Amino acid sequence: MDDKTPVEKDNHSSGANKTETQIVDEVTIRFAGDSGDGMQLTGAQFSDTVASFGNDLGTLPDYPAEIRAPAGSLYGVSGYTIHFSSHDVYALGDQVDVLVAMNPAALKVNLKDLKKNGIIVLNSDTFDRKNLELASYTENPLENGSLSAYHVYPIPITKSTMETLKVMNLPIKTAQKCKNFFALGVVYWLYNQSFDFTLHWISDKFKKKPELIEANTKVLKAGYYYCETTEIFDARFEVKPADLPSGTYRNINGNEAVALGLVAAASRAGIELFLGSYPITPASEILHELSKYRQFGVKTFQAEDEIAGITTAIGASFAGKLGATSTSGPGMALKTEGIGLAVIAELPLVIIDVQRGGPSTGLPTKTEQSDLLQAVYGRNGECPVPVLAAATPADCFAMTVEAVRIAIKYMTPVILLTDGYIGNGSEPWKVVKLSELPDIKAEFRTNPEGFHPYIRNEFLARPWVIPGTPGLEHRIGGLEKQNIYGNISYDPDNHEYMVKIREEKVKKISEDIPELEIHGDKTGKLLVLGWGSTYGAIASAVENQHAKGNKVSFAHLRYLNPMPRNTAVVLNSFEKVLIPEMNLGQLSRIIRSEYLIKPIIFDKVKGQPFKAIEIETKIEEILKG
Amino acid sequence: MSETVQTKYTAKDFSSGQDVRWCPGCGDFSILAQVQRSFPNLIGIEKEKIVFISGIGCSSRFPYYMDTYGFHTIHGRAAAIASGVKTANPELSVWMATGDGDCLSIGGNHFIHLLRRNIDMNVLLFNNRIYGLTKGQNSPTSEHGKITKSTPLGNIEYPINPVALALGAEGTLIARTMDGDPKHMQEMIVRSHNHKGTSFLEIYQNCVIFNDGAFDHFMKKENRAEKTIYMEHGKPLVFGKNKDKGIKLDGFKPTVIDLNDGKHSINDVLVHDEKSKELAFLLAQFNDHPELPMPLGVFLDIDYSTFEDDLTAQIAEAKKKFGEGDIDELLKGNAYWEID
Repeated sequence: MDDKTPVEKDNHSSGANKTETQIVDEVTIRFAGDSGDGMQLTGAQFSDTVASFGNDLGTLPDYPAEIRAPAGSLYGVSGYTIHFSSHDVYALGDQVDVLVAMNPAALKVNLKDLKKNGIIVLNSDTFDRKNLELASYTENPLENGSLSAYHVYPIPITKSTMETLKVMNLPIKTAQKCKNFFALGVVYWLYNQSFDFTLHWISDKFKKKPELIEANTKVLKAGYYYCETTEIFDARFEVKPADLPSGTYRNINGNEAVALGLVAAASRAGIELFLGSYPITPASEILHELSKYRQFGVKTFQAEDEIAGITTAIGASFAGKLGATSTSGPGMALKTEGIGLAVIAELPLVIIDVQRGGPSTGLPTKTEQSDLLQAVYGRNGECPVPVLAAATPADCFAMTVEAVRIAIKYMTPVILLTDGYIGNGSEPWKVVKLSELPDIKAEFRTNPEGFHPYIRNEFLARPWVIPGTPGLEHRIGGLEKQNIYGNISYDPDNHEYMVKIREEKVKKISEDIPELEIHGDKTGKLLVLGWGSTYGAIASAVENQHAKGNKVSFAHLRYLNPMPRNTAVVLNSFEKVLIPEMNLGQLSRIIRSEYLIKPIIFDKVKGQPFKAIEIETKIEEILKG
Repeated sequence: MSETVQTKYTAKDFSSGQDVRWCPGCGDFSILAQVQRSFPNLIGIEKEKIVFISGIGCSSRFPYYMDTYGFHTIHGRAAAIASGVKTANPELSVWMATGDGDCLSIGGNHFIHLLRRNIDMNVLLFNNRIYGLTKGQNSPTSEHGKITKSTPLGNIEYPINPVALALGAEGTLIARTMDGDPKHMQEMIVRSHNHKGTSFLEIYQNCVIFNDGAFDHFMKKENRAEKTIYMEHGKPLVFGKNKDKGIKLDGFKPTVIDLNDGKHSINDVLVHDEKSKELAFLLAQFNDHPELPMPLGVFLDIDYSTFEDDLTAQIAEAKKKFGEGDIDELLKGNAYWEID
């Protein structure tokens, strides 16, 4: 991928408005600045713009846990990376083509990811002694030749912004806050993109503050026209729209997709949605989104703690609604006992875990896949729970719908694992219609004849009864229940029977989910097995390997418990199985214990997603060995 | 206030027929009996709409003995689960059976947040000031110095005052009764039901095995008249066998006066006002003063909007403003584009 983005520079291509436009296949841009500089917003604007232009894309917001870390500090740097392309994007570009650095700290933190010959756009006004010191630079990198491997474009972004807004007499702080739009205007010009999408957004966002509409519009255009007038860039670039299947598209991140998936699936099932949730990074956005959907009858309950988040949802399910709860690792730990209650009470419930770095508080804003074993095994007693994992931001929608389908059909809690990377990251999503969703039937028992709370249907699910139904009054609870009748039972044989039937119910779900697909040859020397958000990096890596003529296949698990019914066959069709995961080999442990094969563990626990190149290097190493 | 009507049910209709497994002589039997006796008299009650939610402990076995919908959940979480039930399905009449450990120790957080949200449900706190089901450890309402299995040298913690806690958490109906006074308990159960919002009823309940006689000093028949005071709205706070003692405020200090001593009259006696939070806080402190009688009845009965009504109103408002939600439009969003 590296050689596709030309950054060649013709040092003498000046001439009024005659800057050459080069067509490139794909580009990765990173906006970086202080956590108060508005980099997340800037990145999101750019990605929405190129998405609506028709590029395929992937994004990675990367921000510190502190809301406003001290200005100019290295740990306060916030970044937003966008990889956009005229073909399918599976993952972020491994290296950045263009770095927009709003201060020296942003430059220092991000320079290592910039490819040689890459472009640096920086705010030269911030390269003063104080900011250089804050970023631990002993010399000014603009003056000591240390950036000679890159194309550096120092632009006085702060001064230009203030100059643009002089006529408006805004408070200095307000005016300074507009400077991210100057940077955005520069990048729009550089990539030949229209700023109309953002102008539209600005006038909608600030409709109650007309002076901010005017200021931000002025600054955005000033940034754009600055490039046109000064001709500081020798070339501008264009990425043609991707050849995506026809349809309606929108940009979506994983958390939004989960929220929409819950609303849509509940509607498909014909029941109301109840979300019990406690704020936690990086899952809070699900609560925020669903809180906006009152017109869909959605009830959100910001609980007093994580335990109340899940137990209010269990109460809602008992009351005949779709109970759901959203959280991240530490909250998952607190919900453990509640999940057990939903298992023994056999009530539908959807638990979404947007994983982050652990253990304990860990790395709240960074991604990891280290809750897999917790999700599959982490409860007291024999406590089987179906576990699903979404592969990409848009896949969060489909897998949420699946989680709801399974929860209702089998009367069981279901855990859906996503993570910070796909939760916050976005990509274009081909919008589906409600009528295209799988059938989800919420059937409520109303006939008292022959009713007992623990009789079972062909899927081993017990009946769901809405309290308020005459003649079906019954009691359930966390104590072991007598088979069929549901009375408290301490009978040894009954307990063993109930433990086994709950296990069997979950195992049988493997008959009701798609088989594991193999991309590439169906047998061979090496299979790369992935799960969750590593999909993009593995798919890119395997595609690149195929382009090089290397024989390697790829399979991706979206169902972790139970696994697809052909998993053993797939695994046994390859001499070696490589499992890249953002933990110390949790899926590998499960595969080893369930299928008695010894996968090659490839772990990464840096709070950052895999790069395709890392996986490719590993694949080549194995293929050679 | 405690208006009742005769309905189609009898006490027996509310019995599930399960063997009741409390210890012989347990105060819980009285509570179960009073609930079953008062339920037929509740206004608008429909059996199938009643849900009993409990946590863990002796008291929390309660739902199994009621022929209603019931959910015996996990330790401390009854308030949260019940909140979910009522919020999801406001048509239900939701009752929570809980104990001093379940409600005030492991479930303390959920309890205070239930009260401040004012979800329209009824909490029955079985307070026996001891852990029973785990066989006799001190509870958050055990008195300082008490010898228990886990405090063999005496309890070095001070107890929670549940009524004062409920007041601090912005409860809207706060009342107290005791297992030894069935008639009063039934009256309080009816008051709980009739209140719109969270009702909190503390029930002093004797544990015959691990804390027998804990309330004898005022609950025993021979002590009761002189050591308890039944609060009635708008009436002077008088007590005693001959109703010849009253509560008088001396500044902020409540004192007992003798109405026959020639110095005091009924006009000196504090008049109970269920609408006054200030008075409720004052009466809640009587526990700390052995010279004062134990208040029973309704401390506070005020009206706030309920959580579920506010939520229902928000949903109606949103539907009015944006129209009945169209899922396909929602999925498409505002910033979509077409590819041919």
